[in-house]
Amino acid sequence: MNVDFTSLARTSGEWLRGAGPEADIVMSSRIRLARNLADFPFISRANPGDRTEIERVLRERIVAIGDLGPLSFVDVNKLVALDRQFLVERQLISREHSEGDGPRGVVIAENEQISLMINEEDHLRIQVIQSGLNLQNAWETINRVDDLVEKQITYAFNEHLGYLTACPTNVGTGMRVSVMLHLPALVITRQIDKLFRSLQKISLAVRGLYGEGSQAMGDFYQISNQITLGRSEADLVKQVGDVIPTIIDYERKAREFLVRESHENLHDRVSRAYGILRTAQTISSEETMHLLSSVRMGVNLGLIHDLEIPTVNKLFIYTQPAHLQKITGGELDTADRNIERARYLRRLLNKEERGGDGVNQN
Amino acid sequence: MKCQRCDKPATFHITELTGGKPQELHLCEQHARAYLTESEQEQPGGQSLAGALAQQLAVGQTAEELARLDQQACPICGITFFEFRKEGRLGCPHDYVCFQKELEPLILNIHGELQHVGKRPQRSPANTDRQTDLIRLRREMKEAITGEDYERASKLRDEIRQIEQSS
Repeated sequence: MNVDFTSLARTSGEWLRGAGPEADIVMSSRIRLARNLADFPFISRANPGDRTEIERVLRERIVAIGDLGPLSFVDVNKLVALDRQFLVERQLISREHSEGDGPRGVVIAENEQISLMINEEDHLRIQVIQSGLNLQNAWETINRVDDLVEKQITYAFNEHLGYLTACPTNVGTGMRVSVMLHLPALVITRQIDKLFRSLQKISLAVRGLYGEGSQAMGDFYQISNQITLGRSEADLVKQVGDVIPTIIDYERKAREFLVRESHENLHDRVSRAYGILRTAQTISSEETMHLLSSVRMGVNLGLIHDLEIPTVNKLFIYTQPAHLQKITGGELDTADRNIERARYLRRLLNKEERGGDGVNQN
Repeated sequence: MKCQRCDKPATFHITELTGGKPQELHLCEQHARAYLTESEQEQPGGQSLAGALAQQLAVGQTAEELARLDQQACPICGITFFEFRKEGRLGCPHDYVCFQKELEPLILNIHGELQHVGKRPQRSPANTDRQTDLIRLRREMKEAITGEDYERASKLRDEIRQIEQSS
């Protein structure tokens, strides 16, 4: 079955739902497993014939699994750059997978919670992404998917080192547990660097919205485990999961501080951000992310009363270049994109208006 | 609540995460600012692959030893240690065996452990030799085709099929 990009562009993935525990601060919980076939070289040494064969074997056997619901296969190698970028923005494939070359693809489950990348850095990368703080659930889901795939495939595995991966940083469990957090108040109060340093000390990595090397956009930060060997999967889930409530608490305290000590400035910041987003005639992706971050915090703090979090979450994704071009129907240069983005924002944000100026005056 | 460092009211409540345990700090704005801007040394990139590699290779290796190490190649996929060092990616599962001596300190540096304790696949790679044979044979077949030795390529293809069918 092939993915219909036009219909995908109209739906929003499950992780954008804005539901799940702590959804005001935790955008999503994601786990990925790196796996390789035992009888093929890793990707860096695989020739085009090997890669074609790896793709065929994995695609056929994964799609044949009946227990995962309806699955779609996307031939990433045949996609135009815009569609590849769309899948990256949707977090269904990684930037590396999008920018790679040769035979490669992704199998996507219907609700976009599960995606299986074929021929990324490893032969197979299984990903489960869910809305809110849901690590235990994500782990149970991905473990089940892994079990189902394992019945079909012999993975590269070694008694001592566990699952063997192309990069030694992933060997062992091959597991990366990540939580995406929205931390605007820690950024405003300039406490974020301190948090990063503390997390590094306990072997946790902090990255931007789109993983390694990406800038933190819209005050979103992804926190994940660095160590993959010598700890069980349950331990890794716990290691990341245990620290999240502390960070949430830290962000909430910073928000409370701003509300209490700097209410006027905070209210002004939120109102101006909302105002610009609802009236701008041309706006860049970067500025949109920045302003949406203030608006998202404003909604959560009750400073904006006529907007729902799922709408804000959706706007973060749909105002990005590939999504914007998909919904406005065609390739646009930067200047035209900025105009279309502003138009889209005005349409969505003003439609939600239910009287008044939308900004709580209290 | 008073600031822990003076008599002003504490308006900043900072939770420090050290060793995984949160520690509460209650400070006034002035002391909080001072506390937050304290010059702290950046952590060295000990967990990154490049950092770990540099650290591992810096330990008492002479240029000669390093050159010899770099030339070692995996008999199955053909990757040299130098290529791995340059690209940061291994060539096949057998590299973990053939570069074991070089990789162990690196893996220990990254993960702090050398023994997997997590999940195990339901289907174990029953015959590891056979699987590495397959990787080697496919590589040899590709070389035979490149060298236009089609007779050898065809023999190798039959051998691959035989192994695939029997596993």
